[in-house]
This record gives sequence, structure tokens and C-alpha cells, in this order.
Amino acid sequence: MSDEATPGMVKITIDGREMQVPAGDLLIAAAEKAGTYIPRFCWHSRMKPVGLCRMCLVEVEGPRGTMLTTSCTMQVNDGMVVHTESDVVKKAQEGVLEFLLINHPLDCPVCDKGGECPLQDQTVSFGPGESRFVEEKRHFEKPIPISDLVLLDRERCILCARCTRFSEEISGDPLIEFVERGSGTQVLTFPDEPFASYFSGNTVQICPVGALTATAYRFRARPWDLQAAESTCPHCSVGCRISVQSSQNQVLRFQGVDVDSTNQGWLCDKGRFGFEYLNSPDRLSTPKMAGDDGLQEASWIDALDAAASGLMSIIDEHGPGAVAGIGGARGTNEEAYAFGKFLRSVVGTGHLDAQIGDGLEPRLLAAPADRGLIGDLEKASSILVWGPDLKEELPVLYLRVRRAATELGAKLVVAHPRRTGLDDVATHTLRYRPGAGQDLLRRLAAGEGDAGAALAALKEGPTVVITGLAGLTEGPDLAEAVAAFGRDLPDATVLPVARRSNVFGALDMGVSPALLPGRASAVDDGARATLSGHWGADVPDGSGRDTAGIIEGLEAGAIRAVVLLGADPAVDFPDPARASAALAGAELIVAIDMFESVSTSMATVVFPALGFTETEGTVTNLEGRVQKVSRLLPGPGGARPSWEILEDVATRMGGSIGATSAGVIATEIEKVAPAYAGATWDALNTAFGRDGIVVPTADATQPIEYVPVDRPSAPVQRDLVLHLARVLYDGGTTVQRGLSLAKLAAEPAVYITPQDAHRLGVADGSAVRLSGGNGSAELTARFDDSLTPGAVYLPFNLGISVGSGLEVELEALA
Amino acid sequence: MTDRILTTRMDAHPADSNVLARYEATGGYAALRTALASKTPEEIAAEVKASNIRGRGGANFPAGVKWGFLPPETRPRYLVVNGDESEPGTFKDRQLLERDPHQLVEGIALSAYALDVRQAFVYIRGEYPRPARRLQRAIDEAYEAGYLGTGILGSGFDLDITVHLGGGAYICGEETALLNSLEGRRGEPRIKPPFPAVEGLYAKPTIVNNVETLSNVPFMINQGGAAYDAIGPEGARGTRLFSLSGHVRNPGNKEIVMGMTWRDLIYGLGGGIPEDRAIKAWIPGGASAPWLLPEHLDEPVTIDDVGRLKTMLGSGAVVVMDETTCVVKAAHRIVRFFAHESCGQCTPCREGGSWLERMLARIESGDGRMMDLDLLLDVSDNISPGLTWPPKMTTICPLGPSATAPVTSIMWHFRNEVEAHITGGGCPL
Ligand SMILES: Cc1cc2nc3c(=O)[nH]c(=O)nc-3n(C[C@H](O)[C@H](O)[C@H](O)COP(=O)(O)O)c2cc1C
Ligand code: SF4
Ligand code: SF4
Ligand code: SF4
Ligand code: FES
Repeated sequence: MSDEATPGMVKITIDGREMQVPAGDLLIAAAEKAGTYIPRFCWHSRMKPVGLCRMCLVEVEGPRGTMLTTSCTMQVNDGMVVHTESDVVKKAQEGVLEFLLINHPLDCPVCDKGGECPLQDQTVSFGPGESRFVEEKRHFEKPIPISDLVLLDRERCILCARCTRFSEEISGDPLIEFVERGSGTQVLTFPDEPFASYFSGNTVQICPVGALTATAYRFRARPWDLQAAESTCPHCSVGCRISVQSSQNQVLRFQGVDVDSTNQGWLCDKGRFGFEYLNSPDRLSTPKMAGDDGLQEASWIDALDAAASGLMSIIDEHGPGAVAGIGGARGTNEEAYAFGKFLRSVVGTGHLDAQIGDGLEPRLLAAPADRGLIGDLEKASSILVWGPDLKEELPVLYLRVRRAATELGAKLVVAHPRRTGLDDVATHTLRYRPGAGQDLLRRLAAGEGDAGAALAALKEGPTVVITGLAGLTEGPDLAEAVAAFGRDLPDATVLPVARRSNVFGALDMGVSPALLPGRASAVDDGARATLSGHWGADVPDGSGRDTAGIIEGLEAGAIRAVVLLGADPAVDFPDPARASAALAGAELIVAIDMFESVSTSMATVVFPALGFTETEGTVTNLEGRVQKVSRLLPGPGGARPSWEILEDVATRMGGSIGATSAGVIATEIEKVAPAYAGATWDALNTAFGRDGIVVPTADATQPIEYVPVDRPSAPVQRDLVLHLARVLYDGGTTVQRGLSLAKLAAEPAVYITPQDAHRLGVADGSAVRLSGGNGSAELTARFDDSLTPGAVYLPFNLGISVGSGLEVELEALA
Repeated sequence: MTDRILTTRMDAHPADSNVLARYEATGGYAALRTALASKTPEEIAAEVKASNIRGRGGANFPAGVKWGFLPPETRPRYLVVNGDESEPGTFKDRQLLERDPHQLVEGIALSAYALDVRQAFVYIRGEYPRPARRLQRAIDEAYEAGYLGTGILGSGFDLDITVHLGGGAYICGEETALLNSLEGRRGEPRIKPPFPAVEGLYAKPTIVNNVETLSNVPFMINQGGAAYDAIGPEGARGTRLFSLSGHVRNPGNKEIVMGMTWRDLIYGLGGGIPEDRAIKAWIPGGASAPWLLPEHLDEPVTIDDVGRLKTMLGSGAVVVMDETTCVVKAAHRIVRFFAHESCGQCTPCREGGSWLERMLARIESGDGRMMDLDLLLDVSDNISPGLTWPPKMTTICPLGPSATAPVTSIMWHFRNEVEAHITGGGCPL
């Protein structure tokens, strides 16, 4: 080794070994990279060091002799000489371990953590054999529920403050704290305030002992009995990396995997605990067909025949344009590709959509110019979030933005019709009435009034602009105008977001009237011709209908048959009642799904599909990052992969989509979908467990690059307008069929400003009638002073719908 | 030579030494006037540096040196006055706050001027409502008279002083726990570095000094730092208030010039032990200090001489124990205090302190085991490796090791008596 350290590195000596480590690293991290593991309990690489547990004590030589110091709080500096194995260090570490154990209940045999517990492990490797402690151990009531999801056992707690720091530093809901002092010190929630955090499960994962346990996992397995596979969370488009762990063919838990690119180890509770829906008794396990008393179980042969002949007769009578497909945004790319190929090449229709009427311009989502990555947030000087409340819809993206604002010093501008989870860390919050967003955008672009400071902040690049639909009564134009505004900022990348887990993958697979697989345009004759060449079939032109168009087509009789792939428009469409009525009028509905739903109840044929953890494949997150999902379980008896079902229907219709395995489809995608060139099944397998592959890779060409357009629209002037937006725990499948989450779903209520309430004679908590474009409902009114006067807010998908029109009326009920 | 600085006014005018009129009539605020009219902040700081005063809060760190650690550029800077005075046996700051609060206010104003501070805080222990009221009244008077506020005495210097009452935790006397407490957080010591002078209150450069330390500043400006430095032996300049308690005839605060012997202090100023009983040991500087023994009576009372005996003058609390004292009981009470006052954040102090306390309780009540003797020392060693002086620590702050001082004191000097508790099933006295 040369005498000079390379730039950015410093030379240190650990236990007589000289080495170069990155300057600025904490000693504990530098040592670990260099192969010396220093034991620790409180230190966590994603949180600030606190030096509490004292387990990581080492000796560092200094001008006044060697000094015992915690390696998790000490930065390396050049020439540092460290001893991690000296007698003094060993004695100190053993001492700390003994101190931790004297009051520890040592109930390892009945502790969820037993087998993966650092305290247990370190006791075995460092600790004294026999206890010298003869006093009575500390006792607490155990365990106590601190939320519906998490239990706390204070006797097991070693007071490392990982949970409390997580909730303060990372998730920003400091609901769990140290109380008392001395040997009475304990972790606790505040009186009458449960640990109601969307991120509480992370504390269970990072608790180094079994003090925090999850109701969903408690006592259900021992770590050594678990099978595990790395995968990607199926609940939203952030695409968090997870480890799926199962035992006896049941998923038992998801653990976050620490990757830099997406989740940095964290998961939201919906992602972490939502898996219970997989084990739900309502899973479909046989095909069903409509009979006299609703759906009846049917054989695969009958169901496949019925679906194929039903579709063929409608095509014969009304042409392929009478068939449409909705869905594909919840499965894998392979399923979505098979769906698109089936509809375009076997049926011959161009009416297909993965978004359910709540999306953005598909080209903006699939191929925006200057597209950013989540990782851009790490180096951003400023961030604009103008879209959904990220905490409710893309929770771990919320954590990443929060970190950028609190830890990394980014200026954060948040624009939304009401308060969002990020407001407390925003430098500028801008509010607007739904319908008047364009007005606000003009003021922001011009730097008028209080928007001036926000604009100045956003001019400090690099900037990340996150844009999406703020609410379901809002048209897609606003988000697009925001993206266009973002492009005009001096140094900005744009991250258009939509929520459904694989909506980006489905659009990339061409499940959209406007797009062909691989981000090619459906109106581009050349692209269509190339695709027909691959498929050996004509590809319909780009004039197909999106979901709203399909609903209209159903209403008008132009569309007569609908194929649903994992979609429930009767619940998920912004105006569910309208979608429901339209579907009820369809001649034929063929549904492929994991569960019965409102939409499948209206179907002619329902096929049981295998779902997450039961099929392998790839998914694409909101950055265009392709990652693998793994198969770990067989799934319910009669269920099959969606692509296989589509292939069987295709065969009966005299065609084929060539779907023989997920790997085969993936190989075809890599060949056919231009932007996916290079993202091979093998490459993804090697990237597996790391960061996936962002498409297009350097070797691929992406046919379209969509430049967002600012289409000004006149502000809507109404007395009362509706803000309709999603909450994390809603009436959706994951929440309602997941045992742990179902109780957490929010209560429906309509939120109104005190000013409007006063005007309308409404009291906080009183009963009101809300009437909108399509229906009315009686519900409770709640005051919300974060809304702009003239706006009311209704959480979406809690069983109450008045349509998705902007204009509403509200009256007090006696 | 001056032999008293801090307590002359209160002794001469016991009825009203705390009110402004008396303070002014006895030369009060002259130093502030002079400073603001004709001295630069640097000159004031230089006087304090020249005085060589060492902090009176317990750590004995030279105040002038600490002031020099402030980074030159960053503003605002804060001055925080430590009036938490919770070390058992210490009650000197209380007297200064109650009976000569203007002396402290002037000391704060001079120091703030020297340090370019615009906002000072005085943190007073929660059990001191009267001292806090007295100080607040003095501060109100000082505002009224133009010694505080904006444009003090017609100069361009502004200063506000805010009094903050603690919530009853000893640990909030530790300067970084104090800062957390002031910020509204749990009173838990911070990891150092960074030291408060660099990153203190609200992460801004902050000087923390004890009430007594700053009460000396007016003298330094009136008479000059050199005059202060001329008092007492090297390394222990100035006068110092000792809180004398325990088995002495005349307990109370004694302002002395350091360098006299322990005998002078305990038998002279303290009047000796009641009924002329024999002295057994004394705590020289607060409950955290290892004990001294009769053989040390003729040692000089200076910071460094006491350090040589492997203990400290600490906060100046001298607690005398005569021959009737059960050392196990005494040690148990002290350890119980520290175990109770541990903030609980770091493992060795939280767990080790209460373990020591429970072992001592058992021994005291006659349920001790011979093996507890070595265990007491080994558990202490795991809190304070090597049981050296000054103590090394496995903990974040010195409170953890404080709990080991009484343990080593009795184990090293009174082992027979401890053993007798075990063999005899209780106290032999
Ligand atoms: C456990 C602990 C308790 C302390 N309590 C006090 C106290 O009550 N009053 C005090 O002035 N200093 C106390 N200190 C010392 C302070 O941390 C700090 O050193 C002092 O206030 C600095 O002032 P000085 O330099 O003027 O002495 C304590 C230190 C420790 C470790
Ligand atoms: S509950 Fe777990 S994470 Fe929280 S302080 Fe205790 S041991 Fe640490
Ligand atoms: S943020 Fe999205 S991807 Fe991540 S854990 Fe939550 S639901 Fe899953
Ligand atoms: S040594 Fe004791 S008082 Fe000090 S930080 Fe640790 S637990 Fe708190
Ligand atoms: S890991 Fe360093 S003190 Fe806990």
C-alpha cells in the first residue's frame, strides 16, 4: 500500500491491519466494509447514530492514550488506530451485554425473534455463560398492543431507540417515545394515542429483539422454518424490494430489503401486512359461470369454451371493435403483455386500458421527457410535489421525499387541495380549490404573490418534479401542465406518478389505446407494422378507447363485451355507480381475477388467477425500473396464471399468444418491446436482489419521448367543488381482505371548511347530505380548515360515492 | 488580600442584599457601566481569561479557555447559566441566587457583552422556586433600570435573560442534558463532541457556565482579572463557596480562598464534629466524588491537590461523616440517588446503577453474599473501566461512573465493615 491515501479515502489501522476507508464514514461502518464486524444494537445504517447501547465500544489511540469510545458515533480520520479486540474492549462489550441481559426475560423459546435475534446471537458469541444477577428482574405488563398491528413487550426491550428514532426521524409520526428514567425507562405510546402510523411495521423489523412484534406474524413461525424469496411489493408503483417469507405454503411476512434505489429497507404497513389477502378464504379457486342464481362453479373446459365462443360470436356479429379489455395494472409485465397481445392480435380490438379512468395521459406516464429517478431526490436542491398525497398513495416515496427535505436539505414545495403528509416538512405549501389548479400553476410560473418564494426555491436545481392526479375529480391536464412547467425549470427531472402497482409496466406492455409494447406509439404506422411482423397478425390502429371511452361505449351499445384482467371498475372507476351500471348492460364479461368482486359478480365467465408470490415475472415501477417478482407458493388448487388462461382462450378462438411460460413471454417482450431491449430475463436474474434494471437501458431505443403539454383550461367556478382522493387504508381488496388492515380503514365522512359549514348551517360531526354528479349520500361532516373555502373533501373508496364530477351540493340534515 | 468576593454584600446587608438599590449602593453595575462605556468585548473576555478562574459547576474547566472555543463567525450565540444545582450536598448557588442575584445578572451581562451574546438563559432546578423568584425580580429590576433589554445604558448592546425552571431531574445539570431540556426535549446528555461551545442550544454555539462562576465576573472587571488571579494558589485561583454539611457543628456555605487544609475547613470553619466524635470520612466535592479519609485532613483544599488524591472538589459540596456513620448505608443512599437520576438512555448506567443499588440494599439489610463484594467492584468496573481516576467510562456522561465512587470508597477503605454486614447479617454499628 502506498503512503498517500487515495482522494476521498483515509488510512486507518484496525487491529493492526492498515486499510483505506471512505473519509466521513462512521468507524463502525468503515470497519464492517473492511471485514471487521463490531457488535451493535442501537446503530442502524439508515438512521443517525445515537451511541446509546454502548455495545460498539472500541479503543481508539489518541494523544492522551487510548480512549474507549463508541464506534457508531466516531468518524474515521486519517491515521486513526483502532482496537476492536483488546482486553479492555472485550471486557466492556461483555459488560454491556451482561447489563442488557440482567433484566431481559430470556423467553427466547416463545419469542418471535428467537433464531434471528442479535441479542441471542451476541450472547452466544460474546456473553458470559452464567448470570451473576440474583435480584428480581424488571417486570412490565406484557405484551401490550400499541396499535392494531403492533405489540410491545417492554421486558424484552433493550432501549436501543431504533423504534423511536424511526418514528421521529424517518416516518415523521413520533408516536412512540421513551418515558420514565433510570431503570424504569421504557418505550411507550402517549396516553390515548395508539401507534397509528402507516409505517409502524418497520419498527418491528428493525427492533433488534422481540420487543416489538406484529399481530400478523406473532407466534406463527420460527425463523429457521421460513422459506424466503426476494421480490417486489405488489401494492403500489414505488416497487419496494421485499423478502417474502412463507412456511407451509402460507405467506407469513414481508420484510423490507435495503436497496438504495427504492425503499432503503423500509416498507409501508399496507405493503408489509397487506399480504394477508393472499390467504383470504374468498380466493377464487375454480372457474365460475353465470347461471340462474348468479355465478356457479364450472369446469375449466366449459368456462374456456364459453369465454371463447362468447367472444367469437360478438366479434362475428359486431366486429372486434365491440370487444374491450380493462386491467393488467396489478399483475406482472408478462400478464399485461399477454393481455394486450390477446386483445390486439387474437380479438383484434384497439380498446384496451390498464388505467381505470383515474390516470394520466399514458404517454406521459410511460415515456416522459426528462424522466427522473427516485434516487434524484438524494441530490435535489428543490422538490415540487403536485399530485396525490404521497403518504396515502405512494407511502415509501413519501419517506424518500421526507428524507430529502429533513435530512438532505432540499427545499420542498407541496401543492394540493388540502393538507398532505408532507406539509410539516415543506418549505412552501400551496393550496387550491379543485378545478382551479391551473390558476395556481399560472401564479407559480409567474412567481406571483406568495408563489414567488416557491418559484425561487424551485429555480434552485437540481429539482425533482413529482406530478400526478391530486384527486379523482381533477382531469389529467393539470398534472401534465405541471410536468410541462417542471421541464421549463432550469435543472429539473420529472417523475409522473400513478398509484396502481404495475400500471407503468402495463402501459409499457401496450395496455393502452395509445401505446404499443415497449413505449411505441399506436398511431405510428411503422411501429404497428413492425409489431404485426412479430406477431403475425394485424395490429389495430391507435383510435381505440380508454376506460372512460369503454364505459361510454358500453352505455351507447358500441361495446358489447369486456375482458377484465384483475380489474374491478365497478369499485375502482372514479364514478363507480356509473361503471357498475355500464357493466351490468354488457352482453359478455370475461373476468380473470384472484377474488370475486363487484365486477366479477356481473361476469359471464370468471377464471381464478394465481397472484403475487404464486407466479413469477417482472414488474416496472414508477421510475421505469424493471424488477423481478418471485414464485414461492403454489396458490389455491384450481387457479392458473393469467397468461395461461388467455392462451387457452386464444387457442379456442383459433389463435395463440405464444404464452408457454413467464420466461418465454419475457424473452418475447425483450425482443418485441423496443424500450425493453437488454432487460433480459437473465439480466434481471443477475440484477435480482439489487436494483433491477431501469429501461430503456443504454443499449435500447425508446420510440417515443413524450413532451408534456400545457393545455390551459378555464377555472371552474362553482359554489362548492369536490376533492375526491384516496386514503391508504380504503375499501380495496388488499385492505378489506387483509385481516390486520381491515380494522384500520378510515370512516367515511365529508370534510368541509368551518367557513362553508357556518354558511350552510353545518356543525362538526353533524349529519349532512352530499349530492354530486351521480348520486347523493348521507354522511357525517367534519371540519377541515386546510381546504380552500368552497371545497369539500370525500375520501374515495370507502363505500360512499356521489360521482366524480367537480360540482357538489351539501345540505345539513336535521 | 481579598478573602471573600461573593458573599460580602449579603453578609453586610442581610436584609436587602438582593434588591437593586442595595446592589447599586454597594458598587453594583459599575463594572457593566465601565465595560459598555469604555471597553471592547475582547477586553472583557481577556480579563476573564486572565483571572484563570476554573468553572464552579463541577468539572473545574478554565472558563477563559472554554470561551475561546466559540467559533468566531457563527451567530447567534447563547449563554446558558447552570443553576440546576442538584448534586447532593450542594447549596451554594441557591444562596447566590437568593441573596445576591444582581451580582449574577451583572456577571451575565458582562459575559454576554464579552461573548457577543444577545440572549441568555438561566436554568434553575425545579425545587428552587424562591431562588428563581428572587432572580426574576432582580432581572425585572435590571430591565427597568436599563441594565438589560435593548440599548443597555445607552450603548448598542442588547441582552435578554430568560429564567427557566427545571422539572426535577439531576441529570439536567449536565450541560447537554440541560440544553435538551431547554429545547423541550427529554433531559438526556448528548454525545460529545460536538461540545456546546461549537454546537449547543438549538445547534448554535453556546457557553454554559455555573452560577458561581459568573457571579465572580463583576469583581474581575472592577478589580481586573489579574487581581482575581492573585488570590489563592496556582490552579485554584479566586475564592470558592463550599457547602459544608453532615456531621459538623457549623454547617453552611463557606467562602474561602483555596489552599487551606481540610482540617481548617472542617474543624475551623465547620467547628468540628458534634460531641467531638471521630471523623470517619468525608465527601470532598459532591456525591460523585470518591471519599477522603482522616489521614487526608492536612492536605490542602485545592483542585489539583484533591485530584492527586484521586477525587475531586467537584461542586464544592463537603459532606462529613463521623464514626457513627454506616458506610454501607451511606454508599447505598448515594448509589440509589444516582440510579434514580440516571436518564436511562445508556445501558451501563441504566442497568449497572440499579444493579449496584440493589446489591448494596441487600448487603445493608443483611442479605449480602461474600461474592457480592467482588461483583460490586466488577460491575463498577464495567461502568468505569479500570476504576481509575479520573474515571474512564463506558457510558455517555459521567453520571454512570459517579455511582461507582461510593462503591470503591467503601470497598477500598472500609471492606471490613462491608464484610461485617455480610457475616453478621446486618450493620455492625
Ligand atoms: C451528571 C452531571 C451533573 C451536573 N450538574 C451540574 C449542576 O447541577 N450545576 C452545574 O453548574 N454544573 C453541573 N454539571 C457540570 C456541567 O455539565 C457543566 O460542566 C457546568 O455547568 C459548566 O459550568 P462551569 O464551567 O462554569 O463550571 C454537571 C455535570 C454532570 C456530568
Ligand atoms: S422496542 Fe425494540 S426497537 Fe424499540 S427501543 Fe426497545 S428494543 Fe429498541
Ligand atoms: S410504498 Fe408501495 S411498494 Fe412500497 S411497501 Fe408500500 S405499497 Fe409496497
Ligand atoms: S451515563 Fe447515565 S445519565 Fe449519563 S447518559 Fe448514560 S444513562 Fe444517562
Ligand atoms: S451501536 Fe454504538 S452505541 Fe449502540
